[in-house]
Amino acid sequence: MANKKVTVSKTTRRLVIQENIAAYAFMLPFLVFFVGFVLYPMLMCVYTSFFDATMGNREDIFVGFGNYRELFQDPVFWKALWNTMIIVLVSVPVTCIFSLWVASAISKMHVAATSAFRCIFYLPVVTGSVAVTMVWKWMFNNYYGIFNYIGTSTGLMEKNINWLGDPKYALGCIILILLTTSVGQPIVLYVSALDNVDKSLVEAAEVDGATPVQAFWKIKWPQMMPTTLYILVITTINSFQCFALIQLLTSGGPNNSTMTIMYYIYHNAFKLYRYGYGNAMGVVLAIIIAILSAAQFKLGQEK
Amino acid sequence: MKKQNRLNNPAQKDRAYYIFSFVVIAILAFLFAFPLYWIITGAFKNKQDIMNTEPVWVPTEWVITNFKNLMSKRSAELFELTIPALRLRLGKYIVTLGQTIIIKGPVVPAAIRWLVNTVFMSVAAMLITCITSAMAGYALAKKRFYGRTLLFSLIVCAMALPKQVILIPMLREMNALGLYDKIWAVIFPIVGWPFGVFLLKQFAEGIPTEMVEACRIDGASEWRTFTDVMFPMIKPGVGACAIFTFINSWNDYFMQLIMLTSTKNLTISLGIATMQGENSTDFGLLMAGAALASVPIIIVFLIFQKYFTKGITMGAVKG
Repeated sequence: MANKKVTVSKTTRRLVIQENIAAYAFMLPFLVFFVGFVLYPMLMCVYTSFFDATMGNREDIFVGFGNYRELFQDPVFWKALWNTMIIVLVSVPVTCIFSLWVASAISKMHVAATSAFRCIFYLPVVTGSVAVTMVWKWMFNNYYGIFNYIGTSTGLMEKNINWLGDPKYALGCIILILLTTSVGQPIVLYVSALDNVDKSLVEAAEVDGATPVQAFWKIKWPQMMPTTLYILVITTINSFQCFALIQLLTSGGPNNSTMTIMYYIYHNAFKLYRYGYGNAMGVVLAIIIAILSAAQFKLGQEK
Repeated sequence: MKKQNRLNNPAQKDRAYYIFSFVVIAILAFLFAFPLYWIITGAFKNKQDIMNTEPVWVPTEWVITNFKNLMSKRSAELFELTIPALRLRLGKYIVTLGQTIIIKGPVVPAAIRWLVNTVFMSVAAMLITCITSAMAGYALAKKRFYGRTLLFSLIVCAMALPKQVILIPMLREMNALGLYDKIWAVIFPIVGWPFGVFLLKQFAEGIPTEMVEACRIDGASEWRTFTDVMFPMIKPGVGACAIFTFINSWNDYFMQLIMLTSTKNLTISLGIATMQGENSTDFGLLMAGAALASVPIIIVFLIFQKYFTKGITMGAVKG
């Protein structure tokens, strides 16, 4: 009896080991890339942020929290943080509300119309940031742009505005372009979430005399909460990452009015070759995003 | 009479709202599609139309001068294949067999080379990502092993971080590996990005475990179980992962900007961006470049739209 028990547990152990080996064998190809090109750079990012590092063969010099100390005294960093916050605070709510409205409107339409509209709103994402940036650059142009033409010919503006060259307007223009490229995915997600809402609940509510507005907020909205949460997180991350627009349109100018953290990291690392300083900023950015994502999850779970 | 009114009114209101929202959304859709229209028509406009301060809504004549200009700017070989010499280490001797051969294609306009590079990059990234993600997704969904929870939480955390943060260490790493300014320096990080694994794990979880177990009991090896049972069943997911990776790598600008420098190694979007620096107000030229970069990928998107939508929504479930 005792003997048998031992053999059973031996077989189980052998099976467990086999399962583990097989699992890691399947994971291996991915793990090579994941560890090599995601995890390792992440750790190095934190590590290098404590060094004065630059390109070439020069040894890194340990500076402790020097980079961080300098960072918090750098007025451009604070300006960049402020601008990034404005972009996030404007674009995240606008994107969510806009895409929710569009999705709820187009999901009531005929199937063909729904898919056509969904496709059109997704186009700016597929077009690619460089192509999109080029065409907006032309549209915002001082002399040949259509914004100035429409503005002056309808009498809304007295004279041409140098949209991207004026600190008053540049950030607004960037946010506008960012919005057109960021509503595509949330609309797709909301349309499918609305499709998946339990229809019998909605019908039951309507039979009981609920108005469509009530049915939406009381029945559909709570069921879409996970989607909303996901959209909040990805839109926040996307807004933080907005880079190509700024690099190609304004390079952070004029007078740092469109400087964001993402662009400032790039500027420090690849224009000034201050790798350690750039990494310190990257770490701060990652912490901010982590805190925001965690807060959004917490909020979503409580609701 | 009064009762009928009450019944009628909400329906009418509904109808009015429906028409109103349709009109507003149609206008918005027009505005969203307009930049693309402006790119394509702009690419075929002549100099006068482009430089007109009053916008020319429809080109007065359709010309291809902009594309000709774009093609004449720079040139590069169509492709470049390097076959390294075989090096064998025998004790302290290193024996070299043969010599490094570099096969070069005919010299063509650089934009053509950039397109070739972009297609190569996107296809390679797509293929490798699909294979590694399908395998890892299967293991994460169906196998119970030590460190599974830890690995999965690492994957989720990595996805929530902005990838640009890791670019500086990545640059140094690529330098150390000798991959800097090589197209692989852009491909490998895309493969390492765990979205595909996440997506295919969700897919594999939907497949009943009994199927896998039955197969194992019938004596199939681990690998056969994966290729003959699992893979066919997660094919729709793999399709979604493929198209998603393809489009994302085509448009992944930041990584390319940092890793690729020499003219022959640029991708199409990076090439256009570089040209913009030199010809910043020749909008006809820029639109021709933008059209070249975006029209192929839009066509791909329109063809595989269904899979793509599926990929986006699948990744979000339980996100």
